[in-house]
Amino acid sequence: MRIVKSADIVNRVADMVMRANRILPADVLTAIDQAKDRETSVSGRDILGQLQENAALARESGLPLCQDTGMAIFFVDMGEECRIDGMGLREAITQGMRRGYQEGLLRKSVCHPLTRKNTGDNSPAVIHMDMVAGDALKIAFMAKGGGSENMSRVTMLSPAQGWPGIKDFVVNRVAEAGPNPCPPTILGVGIGGSFELAPILAKKALLRPLDQPHPDPEIAAMEQELLAEVNELGIGPMGLGGDVTCLGVRINLAPCHIASLPLAVNVQCHSARHEEVEL
Amino acid sequence: MSKEYRLQAPLREEDVQKLRVGDRVLLSGIIYTARDAAHKKLIQALDDGRELPFPLQGAVIYYVGPSPAPEGRPIGSAGPTTSYRMDSYAPRLHGLGLKATIGKGKRSQAVRDALQAHKAVYFGATGGAGALLSLRIEAAKVIAFEDLGPEAVRELVVRDFPLLVVNDAHGGELYAQPKLK
Repeated sequence: MRIVKSADIVNRVADMVMRANRILPADVLTAIDQAKDRETSVSGRDILGQLQENAALARESGLPLCQDTGMAIFFVDMGEECRIDGMGLREAITQGMRRGYQEGLLRKSVCHPLTRKNTGDNSPAVIHMDMVAGDALKIAFMAKGGGSENMSRVTMLSPAQGWPGIKDFVVNRVAEAGPNPCPPTILGVGIGGSFELAPILAKKALLRPLDQPHPDPEIAAMEQELLAEVNELGIGPMGLGGDVTCLGVRINLAPCHIASLPLAVNVQCHSARHEEVEL
Repeated sequence: MSKEYRLQAPLREEDVQKLRVGDRVLLSGIIYTARDAAHKKLIQALDDGRELPFPLQGAVIYYVGPSPAPEGRPIGSAGPTTSYRMDSYAPRLHGLGLKATIGKGKRSQAVRDALQAHKAVYFGATGGAGALLSLRIEAAKVIAFEDLGPEAVRELVVRDFPLLVVNDAHGGELYAQPKLK
């Protein structure tokens, strides 16, 4: 049994949330560079240039990339042969998140759903836990902004609708969202599972780097097909028209009930801030 | 052909009249921040017959909830939030002299009609460029609803704040129509 000190979790999580809100992952920066190279609209290239400049300014100035530093989403893989010493894992992650948002001058964006009173410390975090084989503890963090989250949808298709129905739903969702979610976006698509599993699959899909296609070549081909159809919409960077509406489609698939075809599309803005630590 | 203008806020009617969809504007002067919760309170104040925390005549409202200011800077990251959530409040404010709003994303038909009726514009700023836009803000102070934290109303002094005219006072719309098969 390997022992992980909860104080180490607090420190690593605090550092991670501060850093992730200032430095875009390399694959996202590369995707924005490549998008600028292939974008043919002048206004589209101009916006992509601003995003490159913004990423450089955030890194230099220490200002967060975006004022919406998100609700803090965590995906945890907890090794079955790993034990946490001190406080519980959920408490340690929450403390690290609180400290990161406070010390890192990140916006506190969480409130009561009805009174809208701000909780003041960005808590609670949304923490998804999985028990896995081994003795490692992996914690992935996403700063998920409200603008793109609001454009996300979940639906229960009929099995007869199949892949064409899935594509229709996703393409129509992106068309309807238009400029609102800060395109170019990344789409996390969860296919199958159950009513609550599909959106979790979709969100987790957003953690897969843009230069890593799905390991199953058939699903990787589906990602490419959907990406091409979405980009044919011509919405373009910030909705001003252009070739690059979407930087990448990430699909996660799970078996579902014989009566159902659950589908979720989680829209991610171009400021795809996420990071993972292993303890 | 789109044009470029340097404008000073608060705006005059002639500033707004000449703007057309796609024009680029570098805005300087005094603007006010307000988003969801602040709008609710502004409208409540109007309903109660109370004075608003800033003059609406010629005013520019920026839909933003900034991140906390680091030492030596007036404000943190400060890019636009999605505007449609303020659509139900905007026409009434335009009717009382509000000359422009700054945000990102589509507006409702009611807002676009109000822009035409009251000679006002909707500017887009680049979403997710919060660091870049922050560096065009020279001063910031909370002037109302401090309890709302990031949603408090702030008075900002901006210099050459980069904007695009998304909806003008003549019924124009900048955003691309999605090409559905």
